[in-house]
Amino acid sequence: MQRRAFLLASSIVTATGLLLAAAAPAAAQSRQETLVVLVENGPNSLDIHGVGTSFRSYVAAWNMYDRLITFGRKTLPDGTLSYDYSKIEPELAESFTAAPDGKSFTFKIRRDAKFHDGSPVTAHDVKWSYDRAVSVGGFPTFQMAAGSLTKPEQFTAVDDYTFRVDLPKPDKLALPDMAVVVPAIFNSKLAKKNATEKDPWAMEWMKTNSAAGGAYKLEKWAPGQETVLVRNDDWKSGPLPKIKRVIMREVPSAGNRRALMERGDADISVDMPQKDAAELLAGKDGKYKVVGVPIENSLKYIGMVTTMKPFDDARVRQAIAYATPFDQIYKTAIYGRGIPMSDGPAGAPKDASWPQPFPVSTDLEKAKKLLAEAGYPNGFETTISIDLGDATASEPEAVLLQQSLAQIGIKTTIEKIPGANFRSAMLQKNRPLHIASFGGWLNFPDYYFFWGYHGQNAVFNTMSYKNEKMDALIDASRYEADPAKYKEQVMGFIKMSIDEMPRVPLYQQILDVGMQKNIKGYTYWFHRQLDVRQIEKL
Amino acid sequence: MLLLIGKRLLSAIPSVIGVLVVTFLLTRALPGDPAAYFAGPAATPQAIAEIRKSLGLDKSLPEQFVVYVKDLARGDLGNSIATGRPVLEEVRSRLPASLELTLLGLVVSVGIAVPLGVLAATRPGSWIDHSCRVITTAGVSLPAFFTGLLLIYVLYYLLGWAPAPLGRLDIFNSAPRDITGLYLVDSLLVGDLETFWAALKQLLLPAFTLAVFTLAPIARMTRASMLEVLSSDFIRTARASGLSPGKVVYAYAFRNAMLPVVTTLGMVFSFLLGANVLVEKVFSWPGIGTFAIEALIASDYAPIQGFVLTMALMYVLLNLAIDVLYIVIDPRVGFEA
Repeated sequence: MQRRAFLLASSIVTATGLLLAAAAPAAAQSRQETLVVLVENGPNSLDIHGVGTSFRSYVAAWNMYDRLITFGRKTLPDGTLSYDYSKIEPELAESFTAAPDGKSFTFKIRRDAKFHDGSPVTAHDVKWSYDRAVSVGGFPTFQMAAGSLTKPEQFTAVDDYTFRVDLPKPDKLALPDMAVVVPAIFNSKLAKKNATEKDPWAMEWMKTNSAAGGAYKLEKWAPGQETVLVRNDDWKSGPLPKIKRVIMREVPSAGNRRALMERGDADISVDMPQKDAAELLAGKDGKYKVVGVPIENSLKYIGMVTTMKPFDDARVRQAIAYATPFDQIYKTAIYGRGIPMSDGPAGAPKDASWPQPFPVSTDLEKAKKLLAEAGYPNGFETTISIDLGDATASEPEAVLLQQSLAQIGIKTTIEKIPGANFRSAMLQKNRPLHIASFGGWLNFPDYYFFWGYHGQNAVFNTMSYKNEKMDALIDASRYEADPAKYKEQVMGFIKMSIDEMPRVPLYQQILDVGMQKNIKGYTYWFHRQLDVRQIEKL
Repeated sequence: MLLLIGKRLLSAIPSVIGVLVVTFLLTRALPGDPAAYFAGPAATPQAIAEIRKSLGLDKSLPEQFVVYVKDLARGDLGNSIATGRPVLEEVRSRLPASLELTLLGLVVSVGIAVPLGVLAATRPGSWIDHSCRVITTAGVSLPAFFTGLLLIYVLYYLLGWAPAPLGRLDIFNSAPRDITGLYLVDSLLVGDLETFWAALKQLLLPAFTLAVFTLAPIARMTRASMLEVLSSDFIRTARASGLSPGKVVYAYAFRNAMLPVVTTLGMVFSFLLGANVLVEKVFSWPGIGTFAIEALIASDYAPIQGFVLTMALMYVLLNLAIDVLYIVIDPRVGFEA
C-alpha cells in the first residue's frame, strides 16, 4: 500500500464523521405524540410480585396494570399536583362499599373492562391476583400484610363481577393498601396458560411478559436499554391518556441526562441530582423546569444502634443530635433540596403531623455537656457507615458530621458500604452510627413508627431500638378509631422519639423531576415513579 | 491448518475449566449477601431465608458447583436475578454491542496509528515523529470517559453535530432484524441503509473515544517494530539492489514489522472488550462490561460467571485467530509452532 493510500484512508475516516454529523434527523412528526423519558436505571422485571423486583420496575407495573381502586389527586400550595392519600377512587372497580362493621369490602368490577388480549376482566381474575400477592412470599406478601391482607381465604369472587375482601378486624390501612402498586390485577387465564406444575403462579413467565389490562401496553422491553409503552385505546378504567407512546431510555450518566434535556431531545428526566435541580431552579433562563415535591413520610436520618455502647445511653444520642451540623448539611450536601427537620419549636410535638422538625439545633457546648454527663468527657471512637448507592448526598453528609463530631472529641472513621450490601449491613444492626433513609408508602405516622421504631425490630429499625411503652402506643394507634385518642397516641410516640433520640432526622427528601416547559399534568405519586396517564404534551 | 486449529482448541480446555472453578469460588468469596439484596426493602429474616433457598444458596459449595456444572453442560448459564433474564440471552444481546463498538474503535485506531507509526519510523526525528509521540502520549493520558464527555459536550451539546448519546440507536430508529447482532452488518444484510447510517452515527463518537485511548500502544509498537526491521540486513540488501523506497518500506519492511503489531492488537482488543465500561456508561451503551460490573455490585453470581466464561472463550478464539494471522503474514511461522 502506498503512503498516499494511508493518508487517504485516515482522511476518509474524519470526513465521514463530519458528513454523518450533518445528516438531518428524521421522524419529527412522531415526536409530538411520543413522550421521551430519561431514567438512570430501568425496570429489572415486569412482574411486581417477582423476587428482586426493583423500585424502578414500579413504573412499568403502575402504567401497564390496573388496581381495583386508586388514590385521588390534589393540588399542592405551590400549584404542583400530588396524589391524595385521603381520597380513594375506583379504578378497575366501578364502585365499592364497606360493610357497616368495617370488616369487609365489596367491589363491583367494570363490565366493559378488557385485558390487552381482549378477554374480559372478571372477579375471578381479581381473586387470582390477590391470592398470588399473598402467596408468593417476599415483598408483595409483606406489603399486603400491612393492610391485614394475608390469606387467600379472605378473598371471594361472589359472582363474575363482584369481589369481596374480608378482614379479621377493621383496619384503616386495608383500603389504601389495595391502591398501592402490589395488588395489580393480572389476566389469570393468560397467566395460567404459562404456569407450570413447579411454578403455579407463572413467576418465570411474568418476569418478561405482561398479563395486564391497564392504560398502556408493552411494546418493547430491552433491560438496560429502554422500555416502550403504547396507549391502550380500549382502556375503560379512567379518562383516555393523552400520550400515545412512551419511550423510557436508560442513561446512566447524569451529565448526559442534563445535556439531553437542555438540547430538548427528551421530555422528562426522572432521576435528577440535587445539584442539577438547585442550579436549574436558581437560574433565570432555565431551559426546562424542575418540579420538586417533598417525599411523604420519608426522612434521611442519623441512626445509632441502641444496643451498642456508648449509644445505649440516651444522653450520648442527644449529644450526637446537638453536634449535628444541620445547616451545613442542608446547604452544602443537598443544595437546599430538602425540608429541614431541625430547629423545631421547643416543647414539640405540638400536633400529630409527621414528619415534623425536632426541637434540636447545632449546639456544641450542649453536646459536650451531655457527653460529660454520660461519662464520656473526652469523647470516644466510632464509625460512620453510609450507603455508597446514595453517595452524592451521604458522602458530604458523613464528612460534615465527622468534622463536627471531632470538635466534641468523638473520633470517627467513615465506612462506605456498596449499595448492594448496605441492606445486609443494616440487617446485622452492628453499625453503631449510620446515615440512612426510610420512607413509608402509606402516609400514616403509626405506619412509619411501626417499621422504623417498633421493637419488632424490622430491618428499617436500623437502631435496634426497643421501648415497650412506645411499642404499646404504636400498636394501640394502629387500630384506634377515635381521632382524639389517635392524636394523643401519635404525639406520645413522637415525643418519645425526641426524648430518646435513637435517630436524628436530618431532612425530608424532595423528589425532583425535570421536564420541558410544554409538559403538563405531572403528578407526584407515593411510589415516586412516573404516572404517564395524567401527562400532557402541549 | 485444520489440525493446528483443532490442537489449539483442545489445549484450551484445561484453562477454561480452571477459569470455571476460579470464578465460581471468587464470586462466592465476594462480600455481600445476594439473598438480602434481592429480598427487597421490606424483607424479614424469614423472607431472606426463603429467597436464599429458592436461589439454591443454602446448599454447600460443592453441591452448588455440581448444580452449576450440570446446568452448564445443558448450555444453561443460569438466570440473572437483577435483570430477570437468562444470562445466555443477556450475553447474546450485549456481546455484539460491545464487539461492534470495540471493533470499529480498533479499525479507527489502526487507521490512524499504523500510518502514523510507519511515517514516524521512516522519518525518525522529523516533525511527524514528534507529533506521533505527542498524539499518542496525549491519547493515553486522557482517561477514556473524559475524552467521551468532552466529545459529547463539544459535538453534541455545543455544536449539535453528533446525535444524542443514547446508546446504539436514536430514539426513533428501530433495531434491524437480529442476524449477527452487529447493527452495521445486520442493516446492510437486510439492505436497510437508513438504519445503517443511524447506527454508524451513534457509533462514531464512542468508537473515536476508544480509538484515542488505544492509539498509543499500536502506534508505538508499529514505530518500534518498523525501526527494527528497517535497520535489518535484508532491507539493506533490498535497498542496495535498487528497489524503489516505496517497495522496500511497504512490501518488505511493513509486512515483516506486522507480527508484533498484530500481537498488540489482540491484547488491546481483548482488554477493551471487557474494560470499556466507562465509555459504555458515558454513551449509554448497552455493552457487556456494564452488565458485568452491575452484576458484580449486586453479587449476582450467574452473570459474573457467564461473563468470565464468555471472555475466556473469546480469548481462546482470539489467540487462535492471531496464530492463524501469523501464518498468513509470515509463512516461516510453521504449522507445528
